[in-house]
Amino acid sequence: MTVLFTLDTGAGLWNPVIWVLGAAVAGIIALLLYSLGERGYKKGTAQEDPFLSGNPEPEKGLVHVRSGNLYWGFLDAMDGYYRRLVPLHTGDLHDYVLWYMGMTALFLVVVVVFR
Amino acid sequence: MIPPFVIENSPALMVIVPFVAAFIAPFTGRATAAARALVVGGAMAVTSAITLLLASDVYAHGTRLYVFGAQAATLAVPPDSGGIPVRIMFTVDPMSALMLVITAVSAFAVVLYSLASERHHSGLGSYYTLFLLMVTGILGMVATGDIFNFFVFLEILSIASAGLIAFRIDGGVAVEAAIKYFVLSTIGALAVLVAIGIYYGEYNALNMALIAQRMQFTLLDQLALVLIIAALAMKCGAVPMHFWTPDAYSMAPSSITALLVVASQASLYGLFRVVFTLYNITLNAACVGWIIIVLGVLSMVVGVTMAIPQKNVKRLMAYHAISQTGYMLLGVGVGLAVLGNQPLLDAFGYMAMEGGIFHIINHAMYKGLLFLTAGAIFFRIGTYDLNRMGGLGHSMKWTMIFFIIGALAIAGIPPFNGFASKLMIYESVFAFNPVLSVIAMVVSILTLASFVKVFHSIFMGPVLPEYRDVTEVPAPMLAGMGILALVVIVFGLFPSLVVETLVAPAAHALADQGMYIAAVLAGGA
Repeated sequence: MTVLFTLDTGAGLWNPVIWVLGAAVAGIIALLLYSLGERGYKKGTAQEDPFLSGNPEPEKGLVHVRSGNLYWGFLDAMDGYYRRLVPLHTGDLHDYVLWYMGMTALFLVVVVVFR
Repeated sequence: MIPPFVIENSPALMVIVPFVAAFIAPFTGRATAAARALVVGGAMAVTSAITLLLASDVYAHGTRLYVFGAQAATLAVPPDSGGIPVRIMFTVDPMSALMLVITAVSAFAVVLYSLASERHHSGLGSYYTLFLLMVTGILGMVATGDIFNFFVFLEILSIASAGLIAFRIDGGVAVEAAIKYFVLSTIGALAVLVAIGIYYGEYNALNMALIAQRMQFTLLDQLALVLIIAALAMKCGAVPMHFWTPDAYSMAPSSITALLVVASQASLYGLFRVVFTLYNITLNAACVGWIIIVLGVLSMVVGVTMAIPQKNVKRLMAYHAISQTGYMLLGVGVGLAVLGNQPLLDAFGYMAMEGGIFHIINHAMYKGLLFLTAGAIFFRIGTYDLNRMGGLGHSMKWTMIFFIIGALAIAGIPPFNGFASKLMIYESVFAFNPVLSVIAMVVSILTLASFVKVFHSIFMGPVLPEYRDVTEVPAPMLAGMGILALVVIVFGLFPSLVVETLVAPAAHALADQGMYIAAVLAGGA
């Protein structure tokens, strides 16, 4: 079975079946550790309420962190890159055609020069 | 059990069935919607079955020829033709067969999904006509052995796709996206037509095998090569000619976007077919290989970095589609760059090509699945805006599971199929140039980060008050997503079987120009 399901990648090997079996063993170990945990938890009681430094819990719809707030740090750090890249996406068909024509001309020069 | 007539004529039947059904569907729709669903679903099921039958026959017995109008289907070169294959011909080798498998599976899943997702919309007669013409165009493009018919099927595909991108109008925004796609497609198709004219003028032939046999790589051939590379690279969404992709992918109905992914890959197939089969080692393989590699790297990096800040889930996924196309270009580009060097080809070139080609089929499955999940979300909440989503994992559990499968696959997380093909690309490309491999791995990490954001934004968090009444999508939509998810899982668990059975024969068929020429020109001569 090992040979049948092993992918030879040239420099290495990859057998997902063995990986899945390994993941299953790791999962069983994790479950065993979980079963040793706190047993006093009661569903539906105040134990489920989040502790927000003593402040009341806001409405459910306000708790969700929306997409626009995610990866702010990454985007800010890459601001210089995005300030150049995003404006190229003008949405203008004329620009799309110009890029296409420009690349065709560039390919022609490269192919003819290096033939 | 299967009539010999069907097997013998399967190359013709696989395009005739959807083509005829395309024009029957609107009439049956005038009777009842159920009759139209029966015709469309039945035609697509039959088309997929015939296509898979043909592909299995090709993998079992080698390249299949189908000559239209000849005394025998394999009579490529009639005795009185002066040695020229004069008739329209389909040449289905293992590379074409792989593309046929992709189209058959994706289109069947999409039609199942569409029967439920589009049922409340008007204009469905036109929708299904254009859908079936799209399928006809893709199947014809990947099966034909005649460069002019490649152009014809490319045009059928482009016109049908433009109509479907504009299908929902959406205040004119969808129509604008369709016009952009259509103008660029038309300019690209004209460039392809000029290239075909050059071949015909120079070699008195339209058959790909004969052009390949006579190829001299003159200055005119170089011009034709460039016209085709640029046009088909633009059609498959390679950076920096990708601008139409997020516009068109985000505005088309999601089911159609899933098929647009396959359509883009048919253009990618055309690019590879021309470079490897028509030109092969007559061109400076290293030069053209590096052009494709650079396009691939640009597509990977620009695609994924443009995806991260997107707020519209389909626009985000469209940029990821561009990024994933980069992996395919990178893998196959490395194979092309070492094409004339047999030791390097054996050492890592074939593996790089296999990785790139394996990624084509994997991408069609998981990206199609992801677009269908985006469509399922839209079907229930009516928006693609990630900032307005949240908590849907509570009410759309199956959609969430399918999304997780697709997201992990595209991010290259084991044991899903994207990991296997990316691993093949990483390792083989590393042997060619380690920097390229590192870039590919970093892009994968950014892809994972991007889909973590999407998963959190759509499915995590408490049930939002405005989506309290949301329920799971209808069963046919789940079935469509389920088919693709199943393929993602199976291909991920048994990659060696897929590579040995489907991918390696395709890569070798693509690289072996002599075999392609011999299969056609020896046919019936």
